[in-house]
Amino acid sequence: MKDLKEPRLENSVSDSPIMKPDRPVGIVGYGTYIPMYRLPSTEIARVWSGGGRGPIKEKAVAGLDEDTVTIAIEAARNAVSRAGIEACELRAIWVGSESPPYAVKPSSTLVAEALGATPYLLAADIEFACKAGSEALQSAMGIVGSGMGDYAMAIGADTAQGRPGDVLEYTAASGGTAFIVGPAERAIATCLGSLSYATDTPDFWRRAHQHYPSHGGRFTGEPAYFHHIQSSATALMEGLGMAASDFQYAVLHQPNVKFPARVAKRLGFTQSQIEAGLLSNLIGNTYAGAALTGFSAVLDIAKPGDRILLVSFGSGAGSDAFAWEITGQIDARRDKAPKVQDYINRRQEIDYAIYTRYRGKLMMS
Amino acid sequence: MTTKVADDWRLRGQRYRLEGERCEHCGEMIFPPRDICPACKKPTKTTHTLSGRGEVYTYSTVLSAPQGFEVYAPYTVAIIKLEEGPMITAQLTDVASADIEIGMPVEMVTRRIRTQGDDGPITYGYKFRPVFLGQGAE
Repeated sequence: MKDLKEPRLENSVSDSPIMKPDRPVGIVGYGTYIPMYRLPSTEIARVWSGGGRGPIKEKAVAGLDEDTVTIAIEAARNAVSRAGIEACELRAIWVGSESPPYAVKPSSTLVAEALGATPYLLAADIEFACKAGSEALQSAMGIVGSGMGDYAMAIGADTAQGRPGDVLEYTAASGGTAFIVGPAERAIATCLGSLSYATDTPDFWRRAHQHYPSHGGRFTGEPAYFHHIQSSATALMEGLGMAASDFQYAVLHQPNVKFPARVAKRLGFTQSQIEAGLLSNLIGNTYAGAALTGFSAVLDIAKPGDRILLVSFGSGAGSDAFAWEITGQIDARRDKAPKVQDYINRRQEIDYAIYTRYRGKLMMS
Repeated sequence: MTTKVADDWRLRGQRYRLEGERCEHCGEMIFPPRDICPACKKPTKTTHTLSGRGEVYTYSTVLSAPQGFEVYAPYTVAIIKLEEGPMITAQLTDVASADIEIGMPVEMVTRRIRTQGDDGPITYGYKFRPVFLGQGAE
C-alpha cells in the first residue's frame, strides 16, 4: 500500500473537487438502530406475484410506535455512548430522511431534546432521498473541520414505504445510523478525503401529499445509481491517488443486492471487500440509513489501519464519497453500544397482513 | 389541543429522557420531578437524569384501549422499578405479552405514545423494552 500521509492534508486553494477541511476530522462515535420486525420477500411475492420471492431475503419493518425520529434517537444514543462525550457538546444535529413524521417541524429538535443536546446547536432536517444522511455527514465535517464546533452529529434514518405491489415494496425498509464527527485526534476513523457529486436526474421522486414514491423504472440504473456512484468514487480515488486495492472495505449505497455488487466490480472491488458492508439482503434498503448502516457494520469489525471507501447515492441525483482510515481508538469504543449484527439478529418475522397494519396501509375510516 | 401541546412541551425533559430529581437534602431519587421531596418533605430543585434501567414490578395487558391508544391494542402497561428507586408506569414495547415476567430487566426507549388525528401533534415519550445487550451500560 502507498503511504497516504503526505498529500491528504495539504490545504491550498485548488480546482480539485476533493473536499478538505481546515483541520483533520473523523468519526468519534457511531450508532445504528434497526427495528426488530422482518418481512420476508416471499410474503410480498405471495400477495402480489402468486408466489416466488423478491430481490432480497427480507426487510426490516418499523413497529407501530416507531418512526424516523424514534429510530434516529436510538441510533444517536448509541453514537453518544461510543463517543464518550456529553450530548451538550454537539454543535449540530442533522437528520437526513425522506420519511420524517412531520412535513413541517424538524425531526432534529426532537432528537436533540431526547439526547439532552439542546439548546446551543444547529438542528435541521436534510432531504436528498437516499443520500440525505451522507449529505448530513459532509455538513458535519464542515462544522468540525472549520472549527465552528468540536462535535457535530449526522443521522440518516428512514421508514421507507413502497407502493403496494411495486418492485420497491420488496426493499423499502426501516432503520438508521448516526455519526458524531469530531477532531481527528479523537477519531476512531479519520477522513482521508471526501467529495460530493450532484446532477439533476429525475430517477425517483415523491410529490407533495403523496403517500408513495414514483420512479423511472430502468432509468434508476445506469444514468442514476451507476453514473453517480462510479463518477464520485473514481474522482475521489483519483484525487487521493488511491486505487481499489488500497481499501480493505468498500460500502456502497444498497437499494438491493445486485446494484452494489455490480458497481463494486466496475470500480475494481472484489466481493470480499464489499461483503461486510452489504446488508440489504437481510434488512432491505433503509434509504438515508442504507450506506451509513453498511459503514457502521464495517466499523464494528475493522482493524486499526484499515481503509474504507464509503459512497452513497440519492435519487434526484447525487453521491457523496468518503475515504476513511481506522485508528487505534476503535477497540476501546466499539463495544460501548450494540453492533449492527446484534440488531440484525434481533428479529421477529411478520406476515403481509401484520405489515399492512404496522405500516398504516389499512383504511380505518 | 392547545392545552395538550403545552403539556407535552412542559414535560419533554421527563418524557424524552427521564429527567427526574435528586433531593439535595436526603439524596432521594425522584421521578417525576416535583416541588417537594416525598421522602423528607423539603423543597427539591436538583435535576438528575435517570439511567432508564429497571425491572418489571408488575404488569397488565390492555385489550380495550382508551381513546388515542386504540391503534396499539393489545399492549402491556407495567410498573417499572427503576434502579435508582422510583417506580414508573409505562408501556412495554418490542415484547409479546406472553414473554413478560415480573422481575424482567428492562430499559427505556423513546417511542410514539399517541397522535391526535391526522393533523395534530405526535406525542413521544418513554416506553420500556427487555434489556437489549445492556445498551447504555457504559
